[in-house]
Amino acid sequence: MSQNKGKAKIEVIEKYCKGCNICVAFCPTNVLEMDGFVVKVARLEECIKCMQCELRCPDFAIKVHDA
Amino acid sequence: MAKKVALLQGNEACAHGAVYAGCTFFGGYPITPSTEVAEVMSVELPKIGGAFIQMEDEIAAMASILGGALTGAKAMTATSGPGMSLKQELLGYACIAEIPCVIINVMRGGPSTGMPTGPSQSDVLQARWGTHGDHPAIALAPSSCQEIFSETVRAFNLAEKYRMPVQVVFDEIVGHMRERIEFPEPGELEIIDRTEPTVAPEDYKPYDTQFGDVAPLAAFGSEYRYHVTGLNKAEDGFPTTKAELVDAEQRRQIRKIEDARADIESNEEYQTEDAEVIVLAYGSTARSGRYAVDRLREEGVKAGLFRPITLWPFPEKRVQELAKQTKGIIVPEMNLGQMVLEVERVVARDCAVELIGRVDGEPITPTQIMDKVKEVL
Amino acid sequence: MAYDYEKNIRPGKLPHIWCPGCGHGIAMKGLIRAMDTCGLDKNNTAMVSGIGCASRLPGYMDYCTLHTAHGRAAAFATGIKMAKPEMNVICVGGDGDGVAIGGNHFIHACRRNIDMTYVVFNNYIYGMTGGQFSPTTPTGDKASTTPYGNPDPTFDISKLAIGAGATFVARTTAFHATQIDKLIVQGIKHKGMAVIEVLDDCPTTYGRRNRFRSVVDMMKRLKDIAVPVAAAGKMSPEQLEGKVLTGVLHQEDRPEYCEQYTEVIKRAQAQSE
Repeated sequence: MSQNKGKAKIEVIEKYCKGCNICVAFCPTNVLEMDGFVVKVARLEECIKCMQCELRCPDFAIKVHDA
Repeated sequence: MAKKVALLQGNEACAHGAVYAGCTFFGGYPITPSTEVAEVMSVELPKIGGAFIQMEDEIAAMASILGGALTGAKAMTATSGPGMSLKQELLGYACIAEIPCVIINVMRGGPSTGMPTGPSQSDVLQARWGTHGDHPAIALAPSSCQEIFSETVRAFNLAEKYRMPVQVVFDEIVGHMRERIEFPEPGELEIIDRTEPTVAPEDYKPYDTQFGDVAPLAAFGSEYRYHVTGLNKAEDGFPTTKAELVDAEQRRQIRKIEDARADIESNEEYQTEDAEVIVLAYGSTARSGRYAVDRLREEGVKAGLFRPITLWPFPEKRVQELAKQTKGIIVPEMNLGQMVLEVERVVARDCAVELIGRVDGEPITPTQIMDKVKEVL
Repeated sequence: MAYDYEKNIRPGKLPHIWCPGCGHGIAMKGLIRAMDTCGLDKNNTAMVSGIGCASRLPGYMDYCTLHTAHGRAAAFATGIKMAKPEMNVICVGGDGDGVAIGGNHFIHACRRNIDMTYVVFNNYIYGMTGGQFSPTTPTGDKASTTPYGNPDPTFDISKLAIGAGATFVARTTAFHATQIDKLIVQGIKHKGMAVIEVLDDCPTTYGRRNRFRSVVDMMKRLKDIAVPVAAAGKMSPEQLEGKVLTGVLHQEDRPEYCEQYTEVIKRAQAQSE
C-alpha cells in the first residue's frame, strides 16, 4: 500500500463532522487530528489511501480522493 | 338477466361487498364473531389474483393492510372488540399518515374478552375516539345483510376518496344472521378509486395542499418516491415540530371530513314526518325499533324511527331538526349509554332524550322500546 | 476512491440525527453500498422501519420509505411484499424495536420466509428514549432502568432468527465496515427472509454507563469480540468465552412465502374454473 503514499486528497465536510474521533483513532498512519470538535488533516503526505477513515466515519464527513 | 341471489350471513356479505368494491388485499387474524369475513376473503381473493394473509396478531393484521394499501391496493381487515383494541395503535397511524383502508368491527360484549358470541354495540365511541390524538373518523353501521354489502362498498369509496381509514361496525346479530342478498351487477354501485398524482415525480408531496384537503396518494413501486411517517409531518411527508405546520396539518385532517359531511352522512328515516317520539337506533337494534314503531302506530302512537347509518360523522344537523318537532328521542343501544351521549350533546334541551341500555348479551326487544316510548309520552 | 453515498440520500437531509460516534452511520453506509452493489431500483425498493434511533434511517434515503410504529416494521413490510411481490423490501431497525416490541412480527416474518432483508442495528440499548435496557443489554450492565445492574438474560438475535426459520442469517459489527455491505449483498440476493445483525455502539446512553470511556473503546470492543465463523471451529470453548461469531451463520433453501402464495392463487383459480 505504501506506493499510494502522498497521492491522496482528503475532504472533510465540516458541517457533517461531529468530532467522534473514530477516524483519528483508526488511521494507521496518523494522518488525522482533532481540531476542537472537528477533524483536520494534519499529515496528508502520510496517507496510504486505505479508506479506513471514510469507511468508519459514521457521519458521511470524510472522503478520500485521488489527488 | 336475473340477478345473482344468495342466502348469506352478514359477515359473508361483507366479504363479497369488499371484493365488489375492488379490495385485493386482506390481512386478518381469527376472532369471534368476525372470522367468517376472513374465511370468505381467503376463498375469494386468490381467485382474483389478490392476496389474503393471516398475520401473527391483530396489530400485524392492521400493519399488513397499511403496507398493502401503500402499494396502491384496496385493503381491508376484520376484527372484534379485543382485536379492535389492539388495532387502535395503527388505526392512529392510518389517520395521521392518511392511508386508505377499511376495518370491519363485528361488535361483541366487553370490555376485554367479554362475551365472544354475544352481540353488543359497545364499541361505537371507541370507533370515534379509540386511538389517541385528534383525528377524524368515519364509521358506518349497517343493519341488514344487503346493507352490509353496500356499506362495505361505500366504506372503500370513502376510504379512497378521503384518504383515511373507514370502519364498518355492526353487532354480532347482523354479522351472523342470514338474509337474502341480491348481488349488484358490476357498475350498479358506484366504485371510487384512489386519486393518483399527476405532478412530476420531483414535485410530488404526499400531503400537498394545492389539491385541497385531500392530496393524491402515490403507490409505492410507481415512479413516485416519498416518505411516510407516524410523526407529525409537513406537506412533504417529512417530520416536523414547527408549531404552525403541525397545527395546519392537524386542522386540515379534521376539516377534510367536517367539510364533507353532506357527502358522507347517511341515515334512514321511517315515519318521522309527524312523529311525537322518535326512536334513534342503529344496527340490529334499529330492526327492533322499526317493529316497535309499526306496533305503536297501530296503537295510535305517533312514533318514528331515525337510523343513522354513518355513526361518525354523526348526522347532527338532522337530529337537531327532529328534536325541535318531537317530544322525545329514545335511544336503544346494546351498551350502557354511548351514542345517547352524542344525541344529548346535539339535541341540547330541545326534547327529552332517554336511553334503553342493554349489556346482557340479549337483543333489545320491540316491547322494551314500546314501553319506554309510552313512558316518555 | 471516495464513495458517492449522496446519490442514495435525499438532498438536504444530512447531517443525520445520530450522536457523535454512533455506529448507525457506519452501518447505514454499508447498507447503501450493498444496495448500490445489487443495483436496486429506487422506485421499486421499499425501506421500512419501526421506531427508535436506527428506524430514522429510511427518512434519509431516496427510496420508497416507510417509518412505521414501534416494532411494526416487519408486519408493514409483509403487507408491501404480499401486495407487490416484485418490490424489493428492506427493513431496518434496532434491537428493542425488532425483538422486544416487534419480536412477534420478527419471528413470524422469519417463519414465513418472506423475501425481505432485515438489518438489525443491535446497540444493546434503547437509545432514543435515553438508555433503558433492551432484550440484548448484557446481564449485569447498567441502563437507566437497571441502575443496580441488569437482571435480565439476553436474546441472541441471530440465533433467534435462525430458530424462527430465517433462511439467511449473518452477523458483523460496525467496526467491520467492509463486511457489512458484503453480508447485506448476500442477504439481498438471497430469496427468502434474510437477517443481518450489525453489532453496534451507543456511546451516549450505553457506553458511558458501562466502562467505556470513549467511542473508540467501544469500537475496539467490537473488534475484539468478533470471531469469524471459520476461525471459531479451531478455537476452544475457553477461547470463545465472551466472543461473538461473525459472518454467514446460516443459509438454507426453503420455499419463499410469496412464491408459495402464487401456488395458492393457481390452485384457487383452477378450482373456480
